[in-house]
Amino acid sequence: MTTTTTRTGATTGAATRPSSRPAKRRRTAVDRAPWILVGPFLALFLLTFVLPIIVAIGQSFTTVTRAGLFGEQGVTTGFAWFENYRIALEDGNFIASIGRMLLFGVVQVPVMIIAATVLALLLESASARWPGFFRATFFMPYGIPGVIATILWSFLYVPGLSPIIDLTETLFGFTPDFLGAGTVLWSIANIVTWTYAGYNMLIIVAQLKAIPPEVYEAARVDGAGPWRTAWSIQLPLIRPALVLTTVFSIIGTLQLFAEPQLLQTVSPAIDSQFTPNLSAYTTAFAYNDYNVAAAQSVLIALVAFALSFVFLRLTNRSSR
Amino acid sequence: MTAATVSSAPQRTDVPDAPATRGSGAGRRPGTTILVTGILVVVAIYFLVPVYWVVVAASKTTDDLFGTNGFWFGNTFALFDNLAAVLTYGGGVFIRWFANSVLYAGVGGLLATYLAAAGGYALAKYQFRGRNLVFGLVLGGVLVPGTATALPLFLLFSQLGLANTYWSVLIPSLVSPFGFFLCRIYADATVDSSIVEAARIDGAGELRIFHTLGLRIMTPALVTVFLFQIVGIWNNYFLPLVMLSDQELYPITLGLNNWNSQTDRLPEFYELTTGGVLLSVIPLAVAMIVLQRFWRGGLTEGAVKA
Repeated sequence: MTTTTTRTGATTGAATRPSSRPAKRRRTAVDRAPWILVGPFLALFLLTFVLPIIVAIGQSFTTVTRAGLFGEQGVTTGFAWFENYRIALEDGNFIASIGRMLLFGVVQVPVMIIAATVLALLLESASARWPGFFRATFFMPYGIPGVIATILWSFLYVPGLSPIIDLTETLFGFTPDFLGAGTVLWSIANIVTWTYAGYNMLIIVAQLKAIPPEVYEAARVDGAGPWRTAWSIQLPLIRPALVLTTVFSIIGTLQLFAEPQLLQTVSPAIDSQFTPNLSAYTTAFAYNDYNVAAAQSVLIALVAFALSFVFLRLTNRSSR
Repeated sequence: MTAATVSSAPQRTDVPDAPATRGSGAGRRPGTTILVTGILVVVAIYFLVPVYWVVVAASKTTDDLFGTNGFWFGNTFALFDNLAAVLTYGGGVFIRWFANSVLYAGVGGLLATYLAAAGGYALAKYQFRGRNLVFGLVLGGVLVPGTATALPLFLLFSQLGLANTYWSVLIPSLVSPFGFFLCRIYADATVDSSIVEAARIDGAGELRIFHTLGLRIMTPALVTVFLFQIVGIWNNYFLPLVMLSDQELYPITLGLNNWNSQTDRLPEFYELTTGGVLLSVIPLAVAMIVLQRFWRGGLTEGAVKA
């Protein structure tokens, strides 16, 4: 028995006999395999997620002082405690941009989720004709990059180019201003809703399709009409999808960047600190102050975390 | 009210093979159908108007663009002249941007899916020390806004000398924490441990079990992850904007933005922008409509556990 172990050891595949040595080898292979499998993902995850976050936190607590006008006499770095955070939080425009995004989120996220839910329920009701065509049409904007969606809509917002403005002028004698100080935020909300409503709708449709037909059957036997079925059966059962889409929408709202950055060229109402992300980008690349920009990035992530957490907490509690 | 209006509906349920098995069983009265379909048509118009507008606008000369009704074609049909201008401007730089986007999204999507599948499978099918730590770490990653890491990633990559290279956009695209979760949940639910054990007894190595059994069983989830990742990379703007300064490396989003930002000074860029937007929207819109049915499977699995 022992004389053959060297050979069976070399080819573990042949080790079907119940000897102790190959079994141990098999054990180590099983122990090692998950790390071989998860290793590449984990390494890249650490490089592109964990390390940047550590770098950002480190940067946000660092101050760089340059000696001489352009730092030609040497650069010294030191621990700054919360100095960068103080600068970021005392910047009224940055705080205003977060407030603006909260206002945006409070209006746009519910509007979009409700619209997506209504569309999903209509598509899944037996009353809708050509549901496949409509589903595909509503989902199509998700494939259009935010940049291109913004270019498209900006053409429809700009006076002189926009056929919508021409139309309302001839029909109602009224010239809407899509790019003014009071309206441009909602013009952005329209672009975001246009892009993501169909995507959220598809997630809800997927969950609706997972409801077993017996449930509908039982509701029908109990005499529930379509409204009652939607309110008392479908809505409670698609709750996980609604929670998921809302959390992703909250995170997405705080990341808003491409839409306002592009509309800047046509709307003077958008300044370089219109959204938190735009603010951090400006701080980093226009003012070259990476430390304060890092503090702003950390603050954005913290707010996103906090809001998602609070929302998940609230929905968890009310489900009990 | 219920007695009067629903009187015809219960009749149908008595028939065992009634066609109303799909959906909620909402009324099939013609009035409801017209109302519901009417609402859906109005919403569809909303979603299609910008795309329709760009088709019309791309077929116009710059004079017609400003001088004629935006919702109808102009006096001269200049679509092919415009598209030719898009493709040839700057030595065919548009084609280069398009190819870059295909490279970033294609290679990134494929590798990211494979890595997420291997990782998710490992977490679902093996008990090992540190498993919960890995899981918690990646869960945190899903909730961190992508743009929050882009800036520090740029600082990191510029220290490594990777900024402004293909790698600076490609490497971050290889990681999909969301795909990792989906794969983990899907592998947990579909890859039967007894099959894995049987393969082991037959003498298959661990990696071979994953490649021949795991990947095949997980295919529906992998398609979803792949599509998500492709769209995510293709639509990404912030990361390449931060990383790239060389126009030759631009993906299509950055390139079109570059043209668009020149329109207020040079009006001929309107034609380049609308033509370029049209050319880049068509393949995406077609892909979305054709691939739409693949977006179902894994999504709910992710949603149920959320």
